[in-house]
Amino acid sequence: MSVTREEVAKIASLARIKMGDEELDRMVPELNNILDWVEQLGEVDTSGVEPMTAVIPNTLRLRDDVVDAIPETSGGRRDDVLANAPVAEHGFFGVPKVIE
Amino acid sequence: MTDFTQLGVKQIRDGVAGGDFTAREVAESFNAAVAAAAELNAFIVTTPDHALAAADATDAKRAKGEDLGKMGGVPIGMKDLFATKGVQTTAASHILEGFKPEYESTVSQKLWDAGAGMLGKLNLDQFAMGSSNETSYFGNVNSPWKKAGTNAAMSPGGSSGGSSSAVAARIAPAATGTDTGGSIRQPAAFTGICGIKPTYGRCSRWGVVAFASSLDQAGPMARSVEDCAIMLEAMAGFDPKDATSLQMDVPNWEAALSADLKGKKVGIPREYRMDGTDQAILDSWEQGKAMLRDAGAEIVDVSLPHTKYALPAYYIIAPAEASSNLARYDGVRYGLRDLPEGAGLQDMYAATRAAGFGDEVKRRVLIGTYVLSAGFYDAYYTQAQKIRTLVAQDFEKAFEQCDVILAPTTPTASFPLGSLNDDPLTMYLNDVFAVPASLAGLPAMSVPATINSDGLPLGLQLVGKPFDEQGVLNAGLAIQQRAGFEAQPEKWW
Repeated sequence: MSVTREEVAKIASLARIKMGDEELDRMVPELNNILDWVEQLGEVDTSGVEPMTAVIPNTLRLRDDVVDAIPETSGGRRDDVLANAPVAEHGFFGVPKVIE
Repeated sequence: MTDFTQLGVKQIRDGVAGGDFTAREVAESFNAAVAAAAELNAFIVTTPDHALAAADATDAKRAKGEDLGKMGGVPIGMKDLFATKGVQTTAASHILEGFKPEYESTVSQKLWDAGAGMLGKLNLDQFAMGSSNETSYFGNVNSPWKKAGTNAAMSPGGSSGGSSSAVAARIAPAATGTDTGGSIRQPAAFTGICGIKPTYGRCSRWGVVAFASSLDQAGPMARSVEDCAIMLEAMAGFDPKDATSLQMDVPNWEAALSADLKGKKVGIPREYRMDGTDQAILDSWEQGKAMLRDAGAEIVDVSLPHTKYALPAYYIIAPAEASSNLARYDGVRYGLRDLPEGAGLQDMYAATRAAGFGDEVKRRVLIGTYVLSAGFYDAYYTQAQKIRTLVAQDFEKAFEQCDVILAPTTPTASFPLGSLNDDPLTMYLNDVFAVPASLAGLPAMSVPATINSDGLPLGLQLVGKPFDEQGVLNAGLAIQQRAGFEAQPEKWW
């Protein structure tokens, strides 16, 4: 399976990466090389094989039902959360106007 | 006077604890060595004050007779993938340039709690995507090694290339690395040092910039097996902030080190004898077998039939996870924002990510987006995850016949920077021997074996059963004792 220039442009748009003509021209053969190579996985008979979900058997833990049990991942840290924002205003992230 | 930069983790820790020298003297020596090695480009930022403050704290504890910790007085390099509070953390990307976390990663915090100090943040391949340390926004890292008779800049391996370069050049006694598909083991092999990736879940991923979360594991890189054992003890341990953290006690790996392999079986996977592998690597593999036999082990042939499919499966799974993980870089919450005149929100995302990601990162995000997209998901992603199951089952069956597996770490020695840039696929093949253990979540280590005819180091890889870091370290120690690898790069920086 190979991808066309239009398909790569579509994927780039889905991935929210702006790409110019020159970059697209470069990317198409590179991606097709990689996709041609992974194509060999189709040779393997995987009928009856379960896709891996956890590499080391583990159970999903529930945390204690306690408010702010782990300080680093708890609430009340608005200023820390905003500290690295390119634009922060009035305690919120600032973004360009979304609603016309 | 002792040249402190020649000392390893154990020697520094024991020397400081025994009063032979102070932690401050050690930190000052390494700070000076780091400052004099700018040509290696191993560090993105240096933090000499952090190293000195930790050293002073250790010296003060010793004066009061307190416990100095597992890493007391040891200054280390921190791969710039670990969030460090108040210290720029970039993942070697432009999109995170200037990002100063408000929190500390679990692994780095554990190291500071164990008495270590930080010399600086180490360069790497951008978002840990690369095998040569040529994808960093902050420039290539140079290996301290040179191919005999040439002056070409050599690759320190990747993605933990700043770590491998710094430890091999003796400007840091040890460094943290992370391994998603070989990023600790391959650079360790390229630079003649040791590096271990523990069982998936041993080290917390909290505060580690995410690449492929089902594969990412932190581990130590140092010049000896003992030093790796000590540092891994300090790094590992259960963390409720990481949902895949193993709820298990950390063994005392250092105390249980033993190079006596009597009664142990070492498996030699026949599928690792691949076309394109250097003869010198195959020869060193034979020597490795002889060393382990000499240590008392029995050598047995094993089969890992899906080996050839591990690498292509990895290059679906890892980019798929990366495309999802890297969706967070949107120019809103942290890092770079590129807002063209009059642009809306969607245009801002696309412009920010275009400006902030390098070529290899973009390639992988696009591959990941494609293989996860409607209509292709089953053919690519589900099939790759099924093959991942088969790769893991191969190891389970092999470990019914042996205790540890011996294989080369890489198919070749280090190569000149720029020599493999034409084709991403050729670069990917560097990790052909490293990726299977990553897919199966197994502990795996590279130890230096020998020097090839070009004067470059070669490594051997040991892969163990889940949770059996001890078996890996012990076999590594047996090789270390017999290989007697003492070579050092000649100083040119």
